[in-house]
Amino acid sequence: MAKAATIILDQAGVNRALTRIAHEILERNKGIGDVVLIGIRTGGDHLAAMLQERIAQIEGEKIPLGILDITMYRDDIGSRFDLTIGKTDIPFPLDGKNVVLVDDVLYTGRTIRAAMDSLMDLGRPKSIQLAVLVDRGHRELPIRPDFVGRNVPTSRDELIETEFNDKNQPVEVRLVKK
Amino acid sequence: MNFRHKHILGIEQLSADDIRFILDTADSFKEINSRDIKKVPTLRGKTIVNLFFEASTRTRTSFEIAGKRLSADTINITASSSSVVKGETLEDTAKNIEAMKPDIIVMRHAASGACHYLAERVDCSIINAGDGAHEHPSQALLDMLTIRQHKGRLEGLKVAIVGDITHSRVARSNLYGLTRMGAEVRLAGPGTMVPPGIERMGAKVFNDMREAIAGADVVMMLRIQLERQGKTLLPTLREYAKFYGLNTENLKLAAPDALVMHPGPVNRGVELSSYVADGAQSVILDQVENGVAVRMALLYLVLGGEQAQ
Repeated sequence: MAKAATIILDQAGVNRALTRIAHEILERNKGIGDVVLIGIRTGGDHLAAMLQERIAQIEGEKIPLGILDITMYRDDIGSRFDLTIGKTDIPFPLDGKNVVLVDDVLYTGRTIRAAMDSLMDLGRPKSIQLAVLVDRGHRELPIRPDFVGRNVPTSRDELIETEFNDKNQPVEVRLVKK
Repeated sequence: MNFRHKHILGIEQLSADDIRFILDTADSFKEINSRDIKKVPTLRGKTIVNLFFEASTRTRTSFEIAGKRLSADTINITASSSSVVKGETLEDTAKNIEAMKPDIIVMRHAASGACHYLAERVDCSIINAGDGAHEHPSQALLDMLTIRQHKGRLEGLKVAIVGDITHSRVARSNLYGLTRMGAEVRLAGPGTMVPPGIERMGAKVFNDMREAIAGADVVMMLRIQLERQGKTLLPTLREYAKFYGLNTENLKLAAPDALVMHPGPVNRGVELSSYVADGAQSVILDQVENGVAVRMALLYLVLGGEQAQ
């Protein structure tokens, strides 16, 4: 990226944030009973896999991990350029579970609205919590995260980019001027 | 990826990338069909009219279910119960339906080219659900999805299509699609039912069915369309079944893991023996299942793609 970019989190920063979020999830839910992770494609799914690993290191047990694609639930069909629909893969029932939704960047909240509608169609979770790596503000819906890696004040003409390496590990989170 | 097709009139107009994208999109929609709540809000508030001038169970039901699972409102109009029987022209019927502002008209018509004709005259999207002996794009796409699911690829596969090639829109759409995706297409049928010059579309033509299916990865049997052909094309159904029917014996000529396909409805004992139709190699019901997902993909892509430009 030749454009002016500010690094918000480097790899070590992302790792520290995820470790802290893993602990916070366990603290909030008093352990791993009935907790499942759902990562939102694409970005959130990789982060959710890393959270699953960290929680397994702490608790010695892997909690279920699902991947959600929310394209079918978006409110802007007809105004998008990219029509790609990814696969949703949630191989376990959601009824009665404490679902932790995982995404990389929280912005307007519309993605999370779509994700919650989607989860409700798939089952009846006991609760839905939200974990994000970066909260950049500018919410258009009454949605707030439960677990945040980093709060970053932004303006609307800026972009947050999360770069992943070929092993789907985040390398860096950048703030870019459009 | 973007998809720049307002209408789906035939496979002929689709590139290999378009076909791959439709199949990938259908793959993602498949999961909805196995949910408890088989509905997503993707096309909420959109209206789809199924305008069928020819008999159909599979295709019409499949398009209707596809629309409903995407939360669109679907309305079925069949020619026998419409003003067509009062002598209204195709264009007038379509213009009147269009005045009620549907977003998509899915049409089946006995005349080849009927969908092209309409697409030039109405503003909404047109999806061809079969036009005469011309094309049946959604059928070819669901066939390709089924093959890809079982074989993991389309490139390099040998696909034999056997039966009445002349009158078959399924054969024509599959020929366009499969050759574009890099498969080898072999056509076989009685001389009266294979159009001269079809090899120029990239097919290998055989008179003897056994040569066409030898070593084939997929054997696609076509329905003898009794409603379309006069009696002059084939002497008797028994003779046809003897030379161009697929049975447990001649199926052994194909690859051991060859798929048996049929667009339905099957004339049991004519083009397909019951042993084969219900056998382990038959993927006929997979085709029907995939049909819903493919049609969901088409409905979604024409609406999204059109306005994204």
